[in-house]
Amino acid sequence: MNNFEWADAKSIDEAQSLMTDASAYKAGGVDLLDLMKEHIAAPKRIVNIRNLQGFDQIKEDGGVLHLGPLLTLAQIADDKTIRSKWSAIADAAANAATPQIRNMATLGGNLLQRPRCWYFRNELFPCRKKGGEICYAQQGENQYHAIFNNQLCAIVHPSALACALVAHGAKLELSGAKNQKREVLLEEFLTLPSVDLHRENSIQSGELITDIRVPTPRADAKSIYIKQGEKESFDWPIAEIAMVLTMDGETCKSASIVLGAAAPVPHRATEAEQAITGKKVDEQSAGAAAKAALATATPLALNGYKLALFENLLTRTLLQAKGNA
Amino acid sequence: MSTSSSNRGISRRGFLKGAGVTAAGAAIGESAVVAFAEESAPKGPKIVGPKPLSVSLKVNGAEKSAAIEPRTTLAEALRVNLDMTGTKIVCDRGACSACTVWIDGTPVNSCMTLAIDAQGKDIRTIEGLAMGDTLHPVQEQFIEHDAMQCGFCTPGMIMSCAALLEHNKNPSLDDVKTATSGNLCRCGTYPKVFDATLAAAKMMKA
Ligand SMILES: Cc1cc2nc3c(=O)[nH]c(=O)nc-3n(C[C@H](O)[C@H](O)[C@H](O)COP(=O)(O)OP(=O)(O)OC[C@H]3O[C@@H](n4cnc5c(N)ncnc54)[C@H](O)[C@@H]3O)c2cc1C
Ligand code: FES
Ligand code: FES
Repeated sequence: MNNFEWADAKSIDEAQSLMTDASAYKAGGVDLLDLMKEHIAAPKRIVNIRNLQGFDQIKEDGGVLHLGPLLTLAQIADDKTIRSKWSAIADAAANAATPQIRNMATLGGNLLQRPRCWYFRNELFPCRKKGGEICYAQQGENQYHAIFNNQLCAIVHPSALACALVAHGAKLELSGAKNQKREVLLEEFLTLPSVDLHRENSIQSGELITDIRVPTPRADAKSIYIKQGEKESFDWPIAEIAMVLTMDGETCKSASIVLGAAAPVPHRATEAEQAITGKKVDEQSAGAAAKAALATATPLALNGYKLALFENLLTRTLLQAKGNA
Repeated sequence: MSTSSSNRGISRRGFLKGAGVTAAGAAIGESAVVAFAEESAPKGPKIVGPKPLSVSLKVNGAEKSAAIEPRTTLAEALRVNLDMTGTKIVCDRGACSACTVWIDGTPVNSCMTLAIDAQGKDIRTIEGLAMGDTLHPVQEQFIEHDAMQCGFCTPGMIMSCAALLEHNKNPSLDDVKTATSGNLCRCGTYPKVFDATLAAAKMMKA
């Protein structure tokens, strides 16, 4: 890890005044330290935002759940309000990483963490994402890589919370210098390699995530998150699904379905959403929707198994949503 | 976040007595407390490093200080600077939990925590779990159940299990599995770890 200057910010203004192009904000520090230890990041100054006050709120107000960016994944997993109507978000947090990491990792940092692609994380591979010419995953070890939008760079978006929050239509409040604030849909904030090869989102230099805003779903909505790893104890997902479904009896009235560990951004399964909306949810319609979701996939040499995996998980999750109705 | 200095109902004074072996560290620490109090008073943003600076850490109730660079992790500071090698470093990436310590009562990876960031917090390591010569029930039951082989994962494993029992007096087997789900044991001693922890829970209730 390179050596650096350290500054502990007491306010947003102070944090932003300490920021330079060669600096990095630190929240929980889990991803930042990892990147520094691998020599992928080498900031000259670390601006600690972990001790900013008032950014660990959980508050429902006027049809919107406000989540502070400094909430830890453990706090999100344990919160009764979140679990009551946004259980996909609580479950995404509860199933991410290890108990220790969940105690350290923050929501803001989880959304902005860099991809886990082993070529990206290895300094010996000057891959496209790091400004090189080649995406090594195309011809290489790509069993954990993307099955959608994988032609330029085949990373999967690493954030479980992003998967659940996109399904819930969450927005971010971003605060720039001089307290300029903007609000952006998380789904639009997270960008594909075709938009910017070197980044996974459109955060501006010095900007901070200051609020995560999630609409309150209808009282009859089902909010579900499931994760499939290779082993039962902690693991990164090889597939994850978040969905918010509203039902009228056994008929699906509306569906928001997102696949994680599938694409360079949380992948909105619009084909499945269209296929299931207005239908009675049963094995046949759920299976057809799941097939539709995977029809546009472009698997690489070693990740074709993900198609069958996602199809089964998606069918099962739709039936589970109906079961809970 | 809660600052749970009242863990297990041990008073700070009682705990310091119990941790008498670290008296030398505590003595060095006293001047460091003063230095830290002065440091934390400045008006504007204070930038420190990259050169080494004096960092004060409260470890197992004793104030300690060391001259370290900002990049020093808590795991390194404990092992290298404070000579407390009970905490192990294995992966150094947050992926194995061998380095688990408690910060303000919460188990975290000391390899992914900067020492400078742990100032002013209550740090508990494996060395601070026993009360003098009296082992913590989890330690006692690990011995009783032979819950270690090479022992390298053991300090982290015990810190995870003991943390669980702080918050949950009646853990189920699943609770123990979840609490240790980040602790990798390559010798595969898990079943004995689970038995030992459940036995320790019983012992603590009795
Ligand atoms: C063993 C292991 C397993 C894991 N498994 C999973 C998993 O299954 N699912 C999953 O989702 N994640 C997983 N993770 C990743 C982990 O959840 C993230 O590393 C963590 O959430 C990052 O949060 P942080 O607060 O530590 O971020 P930091 O490292 O502090 O920050 C990350 C980045 O975000 C920026 N940042 C942070 N907060 C803000 C803010 N409010 N405004 C602007 N910028 C900000 C920082 O500048 C930095 O660039 C795993 C990690 C480990 C080590
Ligand atoms: S050494 Fe810290 S988690 Fe492995
Ligand atoms: S006892 Fe050897 S690693 Fe756990």
